[in-house]
Amino acid sequence: MSVYKLNMEQLRNWVGRLIAERPVYGVRQKDERFVFGRLKKPEELRLDYDVTILPPKKYILPTRENLLAYQPGEHYESLWADEPFVLLGVHPYDFVAIRQLDLLFEREKPDEHYLRRRRAATIIVADVERASDNVFAGCVGTAVVKDAFDGLLTRVEDGYLLEVRGEKGEWLASLLESPSPANAAELSRRNDVWENNRRRLRKHELKVPPEQLGDLLRRSVDHPLWEEKARLCYSCGSCNLVCPTCYCFDVRDESDWSLDKGVRYRVWDGCLLEDFAMVAGGHNFRPTRAARYRHRYYRKGLYVPEMIGELACVGCGRCITACTAGIANPVEVYNRLQEEPHEDDAAE
Amino acid sequence: MRTMLQSEEQTLEDIYRPRPATVVRVEDMTRTEKLFELELDSGEPLGHMPGQFVEVSLAGIGEAPISISSSPTRGRRFELVVRRVGSLTRALHHLKPGDKVGIRGPFGTWFPVDTDLRGRDVIFICGGIGLVPVRSAIQYVVDNRTDYGHVFILFGARTPADRLFTDEYEQWCSPGEVTFLETVDKRDARWTGAEGVITTLIPCIRFDPARTVAVICGPPVMYRFVIVGLKERGMAEENIFVSLERRMKCGVGKCGHCQINHIYVCQKGPVFRLSEITDLEEAL
Repeated sequence: MSVYKLNMEQLRNWVGRLIAERPVYGVRQKDERFVFGRLKKPEELRLDYDVTILPPKKYILPTRENLLAYQPGEHYESLWADEPFVLLGVHPYDFVAIRQLDLLFEREKPDEHYLRRRRAATIIVADVERASDNVFAGCVGTAVVKDAFDGLLTRVEDGYLLEVRGEKGEWLASLLESPSPANAAELSRRNDVWENNRRRLRKHELKVPPEQLGDLLRRSVDHPLWEEKARLCYSCGSCNLVCPTCYCFDVRDESDWSLDKGVRYRVWDGCLLEDFAMVAGGHNFRPTRAARYRHRYYRKGLYVPEMIGELACVGCGRCITACTAGIANPVEVYNRLQEEPHEDDAAE
Repeated sequence: MRTMLQSEEQTLEDIYRPRPATVVRVEDMTRTEKLFELELDSGEPLGHMPGQFVEVSLAGIGEAPISISSSPTRGRRFELVVRRVGSLTRALHHLKPGDKVGIRGPFGTWFPVDTDLRGRDVIFICGGIGLVPVRSAIQYVVDNRTDYGHVFILFGARTPADRLFTDEYEQWCSPGEVTFLETVDKRDARWTGAEGVITTLIPCIRFDPARTVAVICGPPVMYRFVIVGLKERGMAEENIFVSLERRMKCGVGKCGHCQINHIYVCQKGPVFRLSEITDLEEAL
């Protein structure tokens, strides 16, 4: 582990060198909001962003990703994407989400399409400078990350600290001009940033300890809240779309004009959409909005944690902002279940 | 976790890439169902067990999960019975011998023909195309007849025209110790057999619940009633196996469409021991 001190000019030059070496996807301003996009010049980078519209997941699990090319006679060829690239300025909660996806795509039957993109990525995390309106990463332990990244940028008064790790980190450090190690005072200021972020990234206060959420949900299957909230749900899937830990997908074929060659690709799907569990012939195995709405909170709080041992909500707050009906606040949902236990459930 | 991510080796197989197979034979079964006999182009056997499914692929149209209806005891070719119900199955119905399909799998769990069923009496209860995956187990039992006790096959179809595998019933029963009963929901002018839903057949058989295992497969609405009927006869949930349909899109536990609560049906199903899913609210 090495930590370097960069002043603003050094940072700009370093980002410029990254851009010259590889495609760099970083945070840019788009109207009044922020998005991850391809950086053409260092000046575009906005490390002081609050939250991006979509999470950086889209570069590892793209909204649309070609899996196979097919030719007449049912010949399928795998299409791989392994061109190295850099993700620059990923907030800790979004990085935790990517690490969760790593576990999910790797477990049992490894998905080599995901894994190749992931290996091709050099990820530079940036500590949060400006808290977004709905962030609650501080409540779910994702305000700060201490390992598994390739680089970590933290704002300190007149510049940034850059910590690098591993082989990819060495490559990042090799592009620094006259690198100077951070001193003890600067490292201490970085600790203050972390301490502060843990405290302040709590725009909503989760009252259920994350490790107790699974048990709470097991008791809450019949809670009236699911029906009550879902009555307002448009089944639009916006909460799925903006979520850094959602990874459900559909697979489709697209043929070229000759109709015999084409690609099989996957696209993001969402469990809130009405036809998500519908089979050919029209039977829908999750037909009600309440059941679909509940499924999402169970996946985040129980089902995925059973698979990977971590809460699958990282507290980015994007779903809260995106939901037109105002029903997608996970903190509000989980707190309600805790504060108003359902009578039938409590009796068990 | 880090090992696989950091590995330079990129030799892992592509879990989404189908293997080519050739249609050997096509047989019309009903107005909506056709049987396809297939062979992998590699010449290998499929390597399945009764109750498993494959993802069948047609380039340009897509993939669908289809249960395997033949037993691995019947050689390296395998059979699928396909109901024409969606875009892929519609296209499959146009295939002729010599045409190609893509195959992924076999996937999922199977009827416990080598464990729970062995040495016991077995009741197969099938509604409509629920007989398709179960036929694989019936063939397996017929081909290893001495390994099992008495076999009951209860089959319910909507109408006489919807009955499947009608020319095989005699062969299923020929080793003896087999009771085959069928009914139709709605008779036609020529039908002289029983009329009524499948649950009406359960009181017609005599079995000892202590040494009997039941296998159920049919349309979603059927399970609850059949399970109640079996429990009334003293069957324990541990001895009842169900095969459940869901939207098994990827077959490899990733895409999310087939989940029953926390369970990916393509991984932990489609065959479940009833006692293991009774507390799952979305199962039945």
